[in-house]
Amino acid sequence: MPFVMPDLRPVLPEIVMTVLALAILLADLVIKRKETIAFLSIVGVALVTYVLPGSMGTTFNGMFLSDGYSMFFKLIFMLNVILTVLISVKYIVIEKVNFGEYYALILFSTLGMMLMASAGDLIVLYLGLELMALSTYILAGFIRYDIKSNEAAMKYFLLGAFASAFLLYGTSMIYGLTGTTDLKAISAYIVANGLSGNPVLMLSMILFAVAFSFKIAAVPFHMWAPDAYEGAPTSITAFMSVGPKAAGFAVLGRVFLIAFGSVKLEWSAVLVPIAILTMGVGNIVALSQTNIKRMLAYSSIAHAGYILLGIIAGTSDGMASVLTYMLIYAFMNIGAFAVVIMLRSEGFKGDNITDYEGLSKTHPLAAALMLVFMFSLTGIPPTAGFMGKFYVFMSAINAGYTWVVIIAVMFSAISAYFYLRVVMYMYMKEPKETVQLSTSPAIGLALAITVIAVLFIGISPSTVVNLARAAVSGF
Amino acid sequence: MLAKLFFGYYAAVIILLSLLVVTRKNPVRSVMWMLLLFFHIASLYLFLNAEFIAAIQVIVYAGAILVLFLFVVLLLNLREELKVKRFIGSWPAGLFVSAAILAIVINVIRSFVLVAPPGRYSIEYIKEATHTKALGTILYTEYLFPFEIASLVLLIAIIGAIVLAKRKTRSH
Repeated sequence: MPFVMPDLRPVLPEIVMTVLALAILLADLVIKRKETIAFLSIVGVALVTYVLPGSMGTTFNGMFLSDGYSMFFKLIFMLNVILTVLISVKYIVIEKVNFGEYYALILFSTLGMMLMASAGDLIVLYLGLELMALSTYILAGFIRYDIKSNEAAMKYFLLGAFASAFLLYGTSMIYGLTGTTDLKAISAYIVANGLSGNPVLMLSMILFAVAFSFKIAAVPFHMWAPDAYEGAPTSITAFMSVGPKAAGFAVLGRVFLIAFGSVKLEWSAVLVPIAILTMGVGNIVALSQTNIKRMLAYSSIAHAGYILLGIIAGTSDGMASVLTYMLIYAFMNIGAFAVVIMLRSEGFKGDNITDYEGLSKTHPLAAALMLVFMFSLTGIPPTAGFMGKFYVFMSAINAGYTWVVIIAVMFSAISAYFYLRVVMYMYMKEPKETVQLSTSPAIGLALAITVIAVLFIGISPSTVVNLARAAVSGF
Repeated sequence: MLAKLFFGYYAAVIILLSLLVVTRKNPVRSVMWMLLLFFHIASLYLFLNAEFIAAIQVIVYAGAILVLFLFVVLLLNLREELKVKRFIGSWPAGLFVSAAILAIVINVIRSFVLVAPPGRYSIEYIKEATHTKALGTILYTEYLFPFEIASLVLLIAIIGAIVLAKRKTRSH
């Protein structure tokens, strides 16, 4: 077979990202001021975002698809990386892990996510997932002298490897049945040969559901999340709770709606109980948390449950609501973590919920920002969180899952307790000790971006929603 | 008949060896059983006319990865390790789950249907082009993209090892 030069235009953003990550790795040798490296990373990511719109197309025999769907997810990843870098600059100095590799690994992890969102083939999907996961494991254990960080990396790594095994087992089953790993070819083969009732297909689908549930931290495959989120550096917790989750949803949507499109009834029967359990366990266990990072971990589990409803709906409206929710979630969750990071200062951990007592008296602006993010995570209008939930629930109702939505709304009401408890501590209690905030211009910028986005999308969601609808139109 | 016998022997031994690997308390013994296991898997590949993969199995797994395992075992305190209680105590639960999964898989595997048309890489083609060449060609043409991603995955592994192990524990 002669070698034909593949069309490289669709992979241009990934190529720029790879070059950027390698350049950052080398720049670390000569540049002593790590803030410069952070700045260069942001400039580079902006460049990737700039070449993103011109990269539509399919290449490498359909192994790589760059369409509106992948484009929207990549936009979320870019946002995630920029915000994470902004909140990291000061924080990693305080944690004494101010190394250049930190930024390179974040970029490599994002590259893995981009490949996942664009994967048209199960092999590319798996390799993208490993690239993302391996970089994140290392980042979770980045504070080497901290035993909690080690524990986080270890648990994340072991359970992640376990999930990869499920993914590969599912892939081998589907390859054995259909003789291909191409997502569209799998679906075509199943339809052409009437295999939609085949038990092998069912087992493969269940194995994929398990593997992806690990990645999005859905119950009962969520056990790693609270420990990993608590122990990892807080900036990486923010990164992990948005990026890999979004990437997980990107592949979940693509694999289930395309490759397993003909067995939709069966996979929604698998995903509905997972979604209900995820919302239930996430919200109820979050009630008893005293550590804010653990609380936000359970909150992130619960949010995965809400987003699953959009996938279960299985319509293009449902997918559009997943995209919208993921974008909104990126803003509000990283915003909340930015406030958590500000409380961390030299010699003060600041990750207990009681540390927020009376914050409105000592630092009114930080308290007000936290208030907005907590309201948004609860889903109180006029914040973006409300709009996200609204669209996901609407699409699920339109698809005929009214009873699931009723359960979701009930759990969502429960969630108000633990989110608003933080607000109550900040506004209705007297400060015990003066908490020192570690602010910097970078974190200020991140907070400004997130709070403006949360309020803007909350008041006029049409821009984002239309963008998401346009993104899934070619799906 | 002979082929079935050959396969049956290797399949049975592979299962037995895998059980030995996960049940031995002494890590050195586990690693040694694993060495034997790798050789048996290599023979199975040979049986499938995949001589290149069989060679890679021996060189990479038995040669490189196993040595790595032995290095790690060397760094552990074996005397302490032997006295430590196992992390997972309730083996009946584990046995139940594994048995259930085995039953499901055995049941499901019977419904594998082969309606796929034979692909380009038939036995005749591979015999003519030789296995190694066929694999090399496909790896550098059709699967070039995944191949390139795999190189990045390896790079991450190297960076990770350096970041997590070589750094001084506290920077200044």
